[in-house]
Amino acid sequence: MMRLPKFEYHTPQNIAEAVKIMADAGPAGQFVAGGTDLYPNMKRRQQVPATVISVMRLAELNQIIGDGAQGLRIGASVTLTDICEHPVINRDYPVVAKAARTISTPLLRNMGTIGGNLLLDTRCNYYDQNYEWRKGINFCLKKDGDVCWVAPGSAKCWAVQSSDLVPVMVAIGAKFRLVSTLGERLIDAAGFYNDDGIDYLHKRPDELLVDVQLPPTNGWRASYQKLRRRGAFDFPVLGVAAWLSMDQGVVRDAKVVLGGIAPAPVGIAEAADALIGKPLVDDQIHAAAEAAYVKARPLDNTDFVYQWRKQMARQYTLRALRDLQT
Amino acid sequence: MNSKRQIRFRLNGEDTEIAFAPHKTLLEVLREDLNLTGTKHGCELGECGTCAVLVDGRSILSCLMLGLEAEGREVKTIEGMAQGAELHPLQQTFADLGAAQCGYCSPGFLLVAEELLQKSPNPSRAEIQEALSGNLCRCTGYIKIYEAVELAAARMRGEPYELPAESIYGLD
Amino acid sequence: MDKDLNVVGKPFRKVDARAKCVGQTKFADDIVLPRMLFCKILRSHVPHALIKSIDVSKALAVPGVLAVITGKDLPISYGILPVSQDEHALCIDKVRFVGDPVAAVAAIDEDTAFDAMNLIEVEYEPLNTISTIEEAVLIDEPRIHEYGDNGNVHKKVSLEFGNVEDGFAAADLVREDVFFYEGNTHLPMEQHAAVAHFDADQKLTLWSSTQTPHYVHRALAKVFEMPAAHIRVIATPNGGGFGGKSDPFNHEVAVCKLAMITGRPVKVTLTREEVFYCHRGRHPVLMKVKTGVKNDGAITAMHFQSFLDGGAYGSYGVASTFYTGALQTVTYDVPRYKFQGLRAFTNKPPCGPKRGHGTPQPRYALEVHLDKIAEQLQIDPVEIRRQHLVAPNTVTANYLRVGSMGLGQCLDKVVEGSDWKNRFSWDQQNRKLPYGKGIGIACSSYICGAGLPIYWNNMPQSGVQLRLDRQGGVCVMCGSTDIGQGSDSILAYIVAEILGIDPFDIRVVTADTDLTPVDLGSYSSRVTLMTGNAAIQAAERARELLVLAVAEKLGVPIENLSLAERRVFDVENPELGVSFAEAVVLAESKFGTIGTVGSYTPPRSPGKFKGSGVGPSPAYSYSAAVAEVDVNPDTGIVVVERVWIAHDIGRSINPLLVMGQVEGSVYMGLGEILMEEMTYRTNRNVVHKFPSLLEYKSPTTMEMCDVKTYLIEDPDPNGPYGAKEVGQGPLLPVPPAVANAVYNAVGVRIDEVPITPEKVMRALKDKARGRDPRYGPDAVPIVEWPEPLRVLTPAEGGDGTEMPSVAVHS
Repeated sequence: MMRLPKFEYHTPQNIAEAVKIMADAGPAGQFVAGGTDLYPNMKRRQQVPATVISVMRLAELNQIIGDGAQGLRIGASVTLTDICEHPVINRDYPVVAKAARTISTPLLRNMGTIGGNLLLDTRCNYYDQNYEWRKGINFCLKKDGDVCWVAPGSAKCWAVQSSDLVPVMVAIGAKFRLVSTLGERLIDAAGFYNDDGIDYLHKRPDELLVDVQLPPTNGWRASYQKLRRRGAFDFPVLGVAAWLSMDQGVVRDAKVVLGGIAPAPVGIAEAADALIGKPLVDDQIHAAAEAAYVKARPLDNTDFVYQWRKQMARQYTLRALRDLQT
Repeated sequence: MNSKRQIRFRLNGEDTEIAFAPHKTLLEVLREDLNLTGTKHGCELGECGTCAVLVDGRSILSCLMLGLEAEGREVKTIEGMAQGAELHPLQQTFADLGAAQCGYCSPGFLLVAEELLQKSPNPSRAEIQEALSGNLCRCTGYIKIYEAVELAAARMRGEPYELPAESIYGLD
Repeated sequence: MDKDLNVVGKPFRKVDARAKCVGQTKFADDIVLPRMLFCKILRSHVPHALIKSIDVSKALAVPGVLAVITGKDLPISYGILPVSQDEHALCIDKVRFVGDPVAAVAAIDEDTAFDAMNLIEVEYEPLNTISTIEEAVLIDEPRIHEYGDNGNVHKKVSLEFGNVEDGFAAADLVREDVFFYEGNTHLPMEQHAAVAHFDADQKLTLWSSTQTPHYVHRALAKVFEMPAAHIRVIATPNGGGFGGKSDPFNHEVAVCKLAMITGRPVKVTLTREEVFYCHRGRHPVLMKVKTGVKNDGAITAMHFQSFLDGGAYGSYGVASTFYTGALQTVTYDVPRYKFQGLRAFTNKPPCGPKRGHGTPQPRYALEVHLDKIAEQLQIDPVEIRRQHLVAPNTVTANYLRVGSMGLGQCLDKVVEGSDWKNRFSWDQQNRKLPYGKGIGIACSSYICGAGLPIYWNNMPQSGVQLRLDRQGGVCVMCGSTDIGQGSDSILAYIVAEILGIDPFDIRVVTADTDLTPVDLGSYSSRVTLMTGNAAIQAAERARELLVLAVAEKLGVPIENLSLAERRVFDVENPELGVSFAEAVVLAESKFGTIGTVGSYTPPRSPGKFKGSGVGPSPAYSYSAAVAEVDVNPDTGIVVVERVWIAHDIGRSINPLLVMGQVEGSVYMGLGEILMEEMTYRTNRNVVHKFPSLLEYKSPTTMEMCDVKTYLIEDPDPNGPYGAKEVGQGPLLPVPPAVANAVYNAVGVRIDEVPITPEKVMRALKDKARGRDPRYGPDAVPIVEWPEPLRVLTPAEGGDGTEMPSVAVHS
């Protein structure tokens, strides 16, 4: 049986208490919500925090407040199942519910939270292995070693951003609220992710993600398409989020964001450029998809042959944009 | 870090108190500290669904939940699914239709199916597939499992329903 | 026979089904004994190295650790085949793959054992690795093993039945194709576990999730140099096996040793990663098949070559090698046949028997190859098969005796069910289905038990003991092991049928070497046929005793007595009779305690040449499948929408269980053809690419296709009530049917399993550029084959013995 290493476990009842315990624990501390990302990592000894602080009991992190007219705040500890089933999210932010429904399995969504998914550790076939296996390859840059086996000359870790919700949040312009003993700040999803598989978040470890703030739905629409081997369990090996705001049949603004191909979500500005100012017709969609294909540079560290994943960036961008045509 | 901590919770309808090391998962506590070995394990990493149990009526992976998190909650395992000596309709149909071949994944499937029928008493085949998509089975090809869920659901609704002959004898 | 059957052919639930649905079934890891210790096994993290030193002192110093053992504690080797005794429970001087066991710890709990395991220090001297078939053939040094045919070639075989060159000369078309079937693994949901107990009387008991308790028993007796009579092996219900729990395993030996040292029970439960290292799964096989045919598709000769990547140990590999060449001849008439097979050692987990043992790979090659021939000859793929079926009750060129043969009926059913005639066409320009949609067909056959046991002996392969007591209780005891397929239930059904009682009246005791007569185990699809026949014999003998006693009491002729509905009665005057329990009392009064035995030995094979031991079987099951696929030409993603499958079961002892085996086989075949792969990073120390349930892609509910099943009942005289196997055979036609359907859908041949979207896209791209629209290997290694062992075919007047090797073959 794969077992957890030993650790101190805390179940604070409010945010102040939670961030205080974290501040006291220092680098050995780790917040946990659903545990579906952290505990497998701990069992494989990728992470071995001495202090684990549950944020599941924090009332403020378990709320969903607002609607599409005024914007929606989703507490970080809301489970993915609750996101999938929430009537307001389904009505006003269907893309969020749709992306959440593609995450892993019903069992895992019953446990996993939106916050956990947005902070998901980057993934890599050389990293998501237990200690003995990693010893077999002499470890890797992300944990215990000094070479990135995906790109051995690289000084940077290429572990992959593998959340389905991240590209969606970036595309729709969500903001994240972070709290620590030092105070509170609001950060754009687009500026939150860093293109480095190790240091993949612009977030200090002591900061607690409290909620996700979705912008009002004033005329924009968004879609998400996911590539994976199986219809359940699998992380995205490519995710395409597309966001459009239309004005009298013409695309006023657009974003195309790819997930699952790099340490951070990849915004395709050229795809947006191909769409903006024109009607959403096949020529424009193809041009945008071509731009996504050109910019997508997946590496060989997930399921599937990476060259094929690159080709699929074109196909899945086409699909995501076609979803918005109707 | 090693000293045991005690929790109280409802387990299969009974008040339960148990002390265990804080780093133990609910799976380990159930199997090793409470001797409820009906809950199985296939990977301990959330990749197979074999260890599913119900917590407050919701199916979860007991391999990824700390035992401590059961404090004050209602946990149901396969041992608590029958009403006394009377098997749950799903247990009956799983047994009768061969939905349990080796039987190792069956506890997880049964509890997830119970949750499904609580929410959706008359699920379509597609709904059943989606609801059970987090449980791997290597024996059955899932088909007998779907049929068992459909038959149990009909019985629970009190509707007459017979399995088509082709499911038992094949097509003519 | 039909009219009188009360149990056979009826869809009873399994006798152990309810226990499995309420959590009562005790699998190996569910066993808890007082003072039980926990074992963890340190495994090599290097693929090929000499062990220079092992220091266990730090591990032993950990509080709570009671013993640490290494290879020197277990010097005697073992292995499933007598010719491949090449495994040690813990490696002694050398490790051969990442995952090879090196040391074992027993401690008071698993956490302590794990921590101690990580303190064991091993110094390795790395050796170069062999990671592919090609490397094994080319590179002799370093040798992975000091035995084998040469260098890193474990085994080469070469057989020729009739003169194939004459056959090719007589053909209108000779075609040659090369295929590769990637390895994959069983992936039972239950991770292997074992508990050992060495009692105060020096008797050893092992509970283990094994499919073959008898072979484990033999291995333990050998390794511990103990009288086998002092060892008891109990196979717990297996949480899935599929062949993966058929070898004696290092963890089983290790816990026994630790129990002997500590005097306390010891349990080991493997992690999922360790299950991948146990493996013994499907061999990767590279194949070349050359066939001569007449214009009507009649085969004149076939030459089949297979190259197996065996991994680091022998396991069943010699048998696997022969199996890749054995069953090509039992579906379509092959008058002259040549087979050459080679198994290589590589620094990977050992391959062995997985569902269909050695035959899905050649079956895939043969059925796709035949599809290509049919297209070349412009014959419908159904017809090229149906017109040339092996006749029932014949002996093939390689001396396999075919009894009942229902493949023609199977073909008819799937052709009709799938509306084949209105949907299939070779003409891509005038398609009957839209581009991207396709159907494909394939057939197959499988053995119902191996004709010979794994070790040479003249004893039965299966024994059943029956005890009837004066309370009317019936206990059936047999060494067979239920791995989920329902073998315990089959015993109960058959005994209930003959004794006229309810199957749920019967207590079934199985898989316990102290209590049950030997059955060789749950492999080679042997259990229903062999234990079934043994059970019939035991039950008939018991029935005779009951009838004699009751006839005397009632004063009616014995032939008038019938056993049904828990009674023994006069068929002419059904009121006249006694209850079953009373009948047992009468019999026990007359004869003493009622116990009978039955056993089964397969008929002798007509083949007498060296190598004729693999392939013969009391009967052959047959299957035909049509697959319907959707191939997205923009992505290459293949979705199998439906499979029509017909299986010649001989007779269903329980149709519901037969259906379950067919559906499960289709599932596993689907996984193999679409996504399952055991692959390694040859550039990174030959580590398993991803030994996890997440990245080893087992199909979920979302991938499983609709299955339309037909059961063909053509009773075989050698089967119990005519029954043949169903556990493995129905997997076989699925991969090639899907491959042929993909070709039908988009016009590309994927001659490599699995058919992944990347391969389809590559082939589609080649097609668009006017190149060969195919993905697959181009050639097989050039190998010096031994001079083939030549046997005249039965048609040529051969008697099954090899010809003296004289003149060099032309």
